[in-house]
Amino acid sequence: MPDATTDYIVEIEGLGFSRGDRPVLDDLSLGIRRGEVTAIMGPSGTGKTTLLRLITGQLEPERGDIRVDGRHVNRLSRRELYEMRQDIGMLFQQGALLTDYDVFENVAFPLREHTNLPERLIRQVVLTKLHAVGLRGAARMMPSELSGGMARRVALARAIVMDPKLLIYDEPFAGLDPISLGVVLRLIRNMNDALNITSIVVSHDVLQTAAVADRSFILADGKVVASGSPEQLRTHDSGFVQQFMHGHADGPVPFHYPAPDYAEHLLSRRES
Amino acid sequence: MRESIEKLGAVTLFFGRVLAALPQAALSRPGLVVAQIYNAGTVSLILIMICGFFVGMVLGLQGYDSLSRFSAEDSLGTLSALSLFKELGPVVTALLFAGRAGTSMTSEIGLMRATDQLSAMEMMAVDPVKRVVVPRFLGGVIAMPLLVAIFNAIGITGTYAIGVSVMGVDSGVFWSQLLSTVDLSDVAEGIFKSVVFGVAASLLAVFEGYTCTPTAEGVGAATTRTVVETAVSILVLDYLITAALI
Ligand SMILES: Nc1ncnc2c1ncn2[C@@H]1O[C@H](COP(=O)(O)OP(=O)(O)OP(=O)(O)O)[C@@H](O)[C@H]1O
Ligand SMILES: [Mg+2]
Repeated sequence: MPDATTDYIVEIEGLGFSRGDRPVLDDLSLGIRRGEVTAIMGPSGTGKTTLLRLITGQLEPERGDIRVDGRHVNRLSRRELYEMRQDIGMLFQQGALLTDYDVFENVAFPLREHTNLPERLIRQVVLTKLHAVGLRGAARMMPSELSGGMARRVALARAIVMDPKLLIYDEPFAGLDPISLGVVLRLIRNMNDALNITSIVVSHDVLQTAAVADRSFILADGKVVASGSPEQLRTHDSGFVQQFMHGHADGPVPFHYPAPDYAEHLLSRRES
Repeated sequence: MRESIEKLGAVTLFFGRVLAALPQAALSRPGLVVAQIYNAGTVSLILIMICGFFVGMVLGLQGYDSLSRFSAEDSLGTLSALSLFKELGPVVTALLFAGRAGTSMTSEIGLMRATDQLSAMEMMAVDPVKRVVVPRFLGGVIAMPLLVAIFNAIGITGTYAIGVSVMGVDSGVFWSQLLSTVDLSDVAEGIFKSVVFGVAASLLAVFEGYTCTPTAEGVGAATTRTVVETAVSILVLDYLITAALI
């Protein structure tokens, strides 16, 4: 039975996941509170996108437990998983709009697939959501005609069209100009408060994320190394958190992916 | 060798998944299937008509040359019809189909994979196998026999053009021989082959797209594999069916 009484919409305990022999996530635990904007931050390649795919059941964990709104994600059948996803809106890193359809049809897609609403109502809902992201005027444009920032806003309109309980953003700020960035930041905050939902924002952009998040988790080496409000993190005493929050190149986090000794590698004949 | 067997296993499992999703996908959204029949059919149509006509004309020339050595020019219509119905129609159409409609299915689905559109559908609780794969698969399977019929009809016209108009075979004899010798079973063999080839060509096309490496090169490589694998499978299947039926 879904148990909706806890404060947490997502609860993760002892999560482990590897790609090949390399562990990506290792004994990771965290909880995401209802109604808040939670940021998940961490250096590139620490498994933030992987974590999102695990939460939404696109990947299966090797160890540990993930509960979303009381459901154990890795124990759901495909049908139950699809049912759960109807309560989740997800914004992909590149928007992932359906290139065969125009903006209007992209936003209408979940409605057409999951409801039998009359055309007139679909039109109203879609235009309302497009208006919310400021793109009502672009309804008849094709995805290929949109800029990156516009595409992401359309994807946001599509993600909220089914009125989800949980909205997940993967790198919503990457590659945006300052104006679009401000727009997206404000949208994330407004969506969360106006629609009374929970948001997860994955990003490595410390400043932007701090501006919008109520609480942040910082991942490294497959674990949560720090968590708290942006203020708490800025004054955190761990060397790693300091390095990450302030963007120093040197510190506990190596800039290099694990590799053989540099000199030896250059001198050896074969790629090991 | 081991790779081919693994591939065969993967294709078979995928086929099972497609078949399991097929009834519901086809019944709930027949419009999508019709659109894909139209797609698969129209992209290949002109190509198949042109090739059919040339293959028919070659049959006319070669057939006339061979048959006249036995003074059997009257059987030219029969020769052409049997060659086309039983072998050339299904085989050549399937090969052309793989090169035109098959590659476009693979690259469409592969591009959707590479740009996360398939993941996005899954996240919107829409099964991409039902929404994207089944309509294309079924569209190809239904379009194939229709394309084969068109190829055959135009092929015979090509033979007629050479045999009757150029070589001087009597038109009445051409048709009456053809009608009296070609059996329903010959036609049925051709239809059976075209359905099997339609399944094989469409299945490989959607499989390669669905499972491709999600990058630009990945889509390109998958498209090439579609053509190569379909060509080999069609010729092997053709041998197996022919051997079983003769
Ligand atoms: N499909 C895959 N196959 C194999 N390895 C993968 C795959 N996807 C990701 N990885 C590996 O898993 C690790 C975590 O990747 P992930 O995409 O989750 O990182 P990320 O934190 O989202 O990084 P970024 O901030 O750059 O988006 C990376 O080291 C990557 O090499
Ligand atoms: Mg990522």
